[in-house]
Amino acid sequence: MNDGLSTIEQQITSDYKYGFTSNLEADQAPKGLNEDIIRFISGRKNEPEWMLEWRLKAYRYWLKMEVPDWANIKYPAIDFQDIIYYSAPKQSKKLNSLDEIDPELRRTFEKLGISLDEQKRLSGVAVDAVIDSVSVATTFREQLGELGIIFCSISEAIQEHPELIKKYLGSVVPMTDNFYSALNAAVFTDGSFCYIPKGVRCPMELSTYFRINAENTGQFERTLIVAEDSSYVSYLEGCTAPMRDENQLHAAVVELIAMDHAEIKYSTVQNWYPGDKEGKGGIYNFVTKRGICAGVHSKISWTQVETGSAVTWKYPSCILKGDYSTGEFYSVAVTNHHQQADTGTKMIHLGKNTRSRIVSKGISAGVSHNSYRGLVSVAKNASNARNFSQCDSLLLGDRCGAHTFPYIEVKNNTAQVEHEATTSKIGEDQIFYCNQRGIDTETAVALIVNGFAKEVMNQLPMEFAVEAQKLLAITLEGSVG
Amino acid sequence: MLQIKDLQAGIEGKEILKGINLTIQPGEVHAIMGPNGSGKSTLAAVLAGRSDYEVTGGSVEFLGKDLLDLSPEARAGEGLFLAFQYPVEIPGLSTINFMKTAVNEVRKYRGEPTLDAAEFLKLMKEKMNLVNIDKNLLTRSLNEGFSGGEKKRNEVFQMAMLEPRLAILDETDSGLDIDAIRIAAAGVNAVRSKENATLVITHYQRLLDYIIPDFVHVLYNGRIVKSGGKELALELEETGYSFLKNEMNIA
Ligand SMILES: Nc1ncnc2c1ncn2[C@@H]1O[C@H](COP(=O)(O)OP(=O)(O)OP(=O)(O)O)[C@@H](O)[C@H]1O
Ligand SMILES: [Mg+2]
Repeated sequence: MNDGLSTIEQQITSDYKYGFTSNLEADQAPKGLNEDIIRFISGRKNEPEWMLEWRLKAYRYWLKMEVPDWANIKYPAIDFQDIIYYSAPKQSKKLNSLDEIDPELRRTFEKLGISLDEQKRLSGVAVDAVIDSVSVATTFREQLGELGIIFCSISEAIQEHPELIKKYLGSVVPMTDNFYSALNAAVFTDGSFCYIPKGVRCPMELSTYFRINAENTGQFERTLIVAEDSSYVSYLEGCTAPMRDENQLHAAVVELIAMDHAEIKYSTVQNWYPGDKEGKGGIYNFVTKRGICAGVHSKISWTQVETGSAVTWKYPSCILKGDYSTGEFYSVAVTNHHQQADTGTKMIHLGKNTRSRIVSKGISAGVSHNSYRGLVSVAKNASNARNFSQCDSLLLGDRCGAHTFPYIEVKNNTAQVEHEATTSKIGEDQIFYCNQRGIDTETAVALIVNGFAKEVMNQLPMEFAVEAQKLLAITLEGSVG
Repeated sequence: MLQIKDLQAGIEGKEILKGINLTIQPGEVHAIMGPNGSGKSTLAAVLAGRSDYEVTGGSVEFLGKDLLDLSPEARAGEGLFLAFQYPVEIPGLSTINFMKTAVNEVRKYRGEPTLDAAEFLKLMKEKMNLVNIDKNLLTRSLNEGFSGGEKKRNEVFQMAMLEPRLAILDETDSGLDIDAIRIAAAGVNAVRSKENATLVITHYQRLLDYIIPDFVHVLYNGRIVKSGGKELALELEETGYSFLKNEMNIA
């Protein structure tokens, strides 16, 4: 090997390891979007009238909106009439136990490494698995119920806890917020709802695995987490999707609400199909995630490991309204081949003595593009606000790109806002050093990349940190030689 | 165990090694000395399989195998270790983690069972004592922010962990204080055996007081121009390399 970089290129050849399709008979809506489709979705879910009205309002608003084009990403225009907005795996009757689950569905979960067997399940993890649009299994419900914690699908919550849904749904991300949040409000099919009552510390990681399954099905998940005074919850969202030729749209909305002294930790490991080496196929991931630290001394922490999707557009944000509240954003975004990611965060300081911390680690390989876009805003009355941002980029090869777009808006002169950014490359000398110790190049890249991302990985719950490390390694398999 | 025959190598068209001949038997310690830029590190790098160097001629046999045919990691698996003159930094990766991976990869290469966490810790403790290295250093990012001496000491620790058949130490003594040299040498001597050999690259006779070589070679301008016993090192210390130029001119 005389030309290090050509080996770098050579090794960018690994395939998506979770690409497969399972044959679940689907019950789905016809293609396209109109008011009848929205009525169909709402009807399928037995929703109350107010919910249907809410959806229709969002839909009518959406019709007047335009697709955003400010992000540093390129993709063909999406035909919103060419998408199926509702698809549910067919299940004839309610299940009494996990044994009754369609064996095909079970195998799908197994391939993804999700065990629904409570005994086998990593202790302390409750799983609310979402395949396509319907939540098919919920575990640990009773145990949580004893503490007054509600953890169920959003569809169930609409039926059973309408007062909470009416109060909080759309309160952090209004349907009018952006194009995709309006679309989501109109057509969302499922997602999770989580409510932690006053003074309760949720004793386990709550976890949802989302998965796109039926062909041409857009996924419009809606997640809502409310943490009452002095409560705590840690939530993990993880996903992988089957290999596809056609681009699939995903436009989720996640809303978090933390009251006085409450803390919400939201972690994501995202591994959707990124498209093949030529950039064909892959998921379009346009997500709106926002949390509000509504109460004093509240805290919201976002941790994300983004390895998948063809196009990612995602800015988990915190509105720091309560005095002394804290917002955190820890992110690892990996792009390979033709992937594009434009991701970052917004920290909106409204209350006094609010703090925020941003640690973003972008890793680019192949001919991919990885952008960090972050806003730190300090309002006029937000005295003594503090922010620290650290944005590091690691390049593998010289055909990929890393971009940083920090925006800072400070309207109060007691604010302290710090921003640091670095860009580095994996060096041939680092690889050789590892090789000389008997470590092959692929493993060496994994070690170096995981080292680079360590500060963020450390934020993940233990059980998932290992999984996430593997994911980084798989995504970058063969990226450097 | 190592036979280097007429080895020629260069980089970007520039010839650096111009025909090296060197044979090392198990149990032997060889020292290579020579002025700056003479090709000592290049020889070490070529033996370890650094790919930027192009081998243009000659052969190297290591334990019966064609060394030049093996990937760098396979050479390590076969038992070749290089303590780098300039060890690289890997942020976020601790020496412990790095060594756990390395030890197990090498074991896999040899078809030996990998060590679990407890077995690894036991081995690590043993070697830490041997080379007298501080645990804190091993939990920090590999070589990041290490002092010059700490980096070298870390190389000696890694050598002890991997128990190589042939260890090449490229100026491992430079940057070490007197006590550290003694400890490093003790580390080298501790892994010394009838089966293992060591190739020490150094500028200073001092190290050779602690690691007593069987042979000393002088590398100059890409060739070994003089070989002798340990007294050659003493001689060089006194006279320097100026004699080389005269000898070479005559030649
Ligand atoms: N990557 C490179 N590109 C160009 N020239 C190189 C490269 N690496 C080494 N050289 C040259 O090869 C020659 C031998 O270098 P080498 O590092 O092997 O010397 P050395 O004997 O180890 O010296 P020192 O005692 O200073 O460590 C030097 O002239 C050096 O400049
Ligand atoms: Mg040198």
